[in-house]
Amino acid sequence: MIESYETHEHDVLIIGAGGAGLRAAIAASEAGASVGVVCKSLLGKAHTVMAEGGMAASLGNVDPADSWKMHFGDTMRGGQMINNWRMVELFAKEAPDRVFELERWGALFDRTDDGRIMQRAFGAHSYRRLAHVGDRTGLELIRTLQDKGVHSDIDVYMECTLTRLILDGERVCGAFGYWREDGRFVLFRARAIIVATGGWGRMYKVTSNSWEGTGDGIAMAYEAGAELRDTEMVQFHPTGMVWPPGVRGLLVTEGVRGEGGILKNSKDERFMLRYDPKKKDLSSRDVVARAIYREVQEGRGSEHGGAYLDISHKPADFVRHKLPSMYEQFIKLADIDITKEPMEVAPTVHYAMGGIQVEAETGASTVPGLFAAGEAAAGLHGANRLGGNSLTDLVVFGRRTGEAAAAYADRLHTHLAIDEHQIQCEKELLLRPFESGGRENAYLLHQELQDVMSTHVGIAREESDMQEGLQKVLDLQERARDIDVQGSRMFNPGWHTARDDLFMLTLAEAVVRAAILRKESRGAHFRIDYPDKDEHLGRVNFIACKTDSGMEIKPQPIPPMPSELAQVIEETNS
Amino acid sequence: MSDAEYTFLVFRGDANGGEEREYKVPAVPGMVVLDAIHWIQAHIAGDLAVRWNCKAAKCGSCSAEINGIPKLMCKTRLDDFQGEDVHVAPMHTFPIIKDLVTDVSWNYTVNKRIAPFTPREDEPSPFIMYQKDVDRLYEPRKCIECFLCQDVCHVLRNHGEMSEYFGPRFMVRYQYLAMHPKDSLDRREAIKDKGGVGLCNITKCCQEVCPEHIHITDNAIIPLKERVADEFFDPVRWFIRRRGDARNAKPKEDLEGSGVEPQPQRPRPLESPGGKDIAAS
Repeated sequence: MIESYETHEHDVLIIGAGGAGLRAAIAASEAGASVGVVCKSLLGKAHTVMAEGGMAASLGNVDPADSWKMHFGDTMRGGQMINNWRMVELFAKEAPDRVFELERWGALFDRTDDGRIMQRAFGAHSYRRLAHVGDRTGLELIRTLQDKGVHSDIDVYMECTLTRLILDGERVCGAFGYWREDGRFVLFRARAIIVATGGWGRMYKVTSNSWEGTGDGIAMAYEAGAELRDTEMVQFHPTGMVWPPGVRGLLVTEGVRGEGGILKNSKDERFMLRYDPKKKDLSSRDVVARAIYREVQEGRGSEHGGAYLDISHKPADFVRHKLPSMYEQFIKLADIDITKEPMEVAPTVHYAMGGIQVEAETGASTVPGLFAAGEAAAGLHGANRLGGNSLTDLVVFGRRTGEAAAAYADRLHTHLAIDEHQIQCEKELLLRPFESGGRENAYLLHQELQDVMSTHVGIAREESDMQEGLQKVLDLQERARDIDVQGSRMFNPGWHTARDDLFMLTLAEAVVRAAILRKESRGAHFRIDYPDKDEHLGRVNFIACKTDSGMEIKPQPIPPMPSELAQVIEETNS
Repeated sequence: MSDAEYTFLVFRGDANGGEEREYKVPAVPGMVVLDAIHWIQAHIAGDLAVRWNCKAAKCGSCSAEINGIPKLMCKTRLDDFQGEDVHVAPMHTFPIIKDLVTDVSWNYTVNKRIAPFTPREDEPSPFIMYQKDVDRLYEPRKCIECFLCQDVCHVLRNHGEMSEYFGPRFMVRYQYLAMHPKDSLDRREAIKDKGGVGLCNITKCCQEVCPEHIHITDNAIIPLKERVADEFFDPVRWFIRRRGDARNAKPKEDLEGSGVEPQPQRPRPLESPGGKDIAAS
């Protein structure tokens, strides 16, 4: 029997309603496009809400010597120079305006004594640079964009999951999926589509990511022919909660260290003095995460296998004022009063630097009509993202991509046809778990994938271990064909997980394959068997793309930096 | 506790009714209700419907009624229930979709009816404003939109007066807008007529359940009631208003839609009422 589906149509369709998606929606709507935003959750619940520390912009309110050039230099060096330098340039230059714009839309920021936006120190930023409000800056950003967005001319489709991009020839022309509430199928036709679905942290066991971080949009783009880039670069945030088990991985903001918190091992040594005597506890995330990893490996870990993070030397009122949600989180979930005793922390998977390869100015992917912004896009952060650069990324490139997608849709005069065959294929894929009679459980298969990725492609990587991991991922891909789900299509998380598993399995393969090929250590990618940087590999990004014979990973040379930017790198290198 | 287990009684059902079902869940140190729900999904009932996102009390998705009290599942430790059965039910005030998931879309329509933050056009940017203002504004801005206050508010819960009263969450939203030094709108009439602040009779249930510890009644609703009373029920001001004294008057928030808003409706009627298995058909 052929089941029908409902259809909606927009000039620009945005998948994802986090910071990037909402900022893109506002921009596309202001440019005159009819805009639809589709999100898996309720509006305002996206992972952006969990960002804590702040958004980086060289306002120079606290440290007047700061400049876009310094921000550019820090970001490039943090990313170990494999970033898309043009993206970094645009980002560093436009960041202040995006912060002021948020303020004008109602966002609240902590202030300096003379009434300007306060800025705090953060890892590997040369100056105090993060605009923030306590430790809830992500909530502030999303609430501001949400309130701005609902009063713009935008249609928001909540609790709707899109699972496949529909192509007319090479061009994207729609996206197909289902309503979570009742499982009915739905098609969105659009002339331009922006993927703003965030990252893929949920493929790891210990992660700070919310459930939504299953990489849907990136995997869909890959399936539609888009090139992915830097997939081996998975950021381990140094400080996730460790105990009790139920909260393992939950983020402890870098703001704790920004406000003076100190890392110690079980011997009460301030070990960061050994790993980075200059930046110490505020070194870049890859360095701090590996330092904690090493302390634990060498037998100096905390009780539950991490490190101690202590801010109790600061006045209790200061801690409660500057880090209110950290105070609440530890007292409520771990019975720890952080104003009196140290926290226990260990690295947690936090961010995918890799994602869809995009053009710097427009966010255009390699598929005509398909754009990406935010964590789903790759290039800005290179091999390691600096804290505070993500929230700014969302608004800088959200806006650019929204404008570019609207302009593209406006210019496109071709009639786009929907190919029913593609829709039929996706329907069959979605319904298979009801009909497979298989034996696999979607939740447990997901947990197995998380174990595989954490064990074989974790913070410290090695060739034969990763080869074994790759084989396991490929086996899981096979087994995923046998997922069986209980119940009906009405709000059925088991069924939803079945499709999420496929997205994550595709991307897990891209992570392992690229990690195997990068035979060096750079940024977040640390190889036990290749502990040093390789000059040659420092001049390439790895690109993953779909071919008839499966996934192909190939090196792509990094274009040389123009002399004026090379000079900025030179000037800002202290 | 490591060898112990908890007995959960979780509501299973939809708009056509349902019942509590019992599940035994192994105890793990420090576990919260949401951990138990996830365990049940993975091991017993894969189709148990629940909303959650961050599992860190930051997104406000996993609201439910736990042993009768509106709470976030991710923040409710099971140590609090030693030796007790744990009943988990969906929020009562909103129409049920399935199991622990309710239709909270009414809240989004309310938010749309509140005029956004509106600075004066000639207000210089970036703003100059001070930390003391930020400190006051911080409280209403902490709201994570879990809607537990809306769930417990008896104006909405027992009297169903969604058409008359925006509910505590949106009084908190108004508190932010009304106290923001750069917002240029006079929102008092909107708070009175459209928002229906007068309907709250200060039982403070909302602030008791707020997971963000926002003093909703004390710091949002009562001050808003006072502002409204000053403006509309103070005879001197009433006289000034009658004279139409427009000096220094701020533009007013739009009162459009201040009449009767339809009762919350399911946004899209279910095509398969009662959870009929449309996959199998």
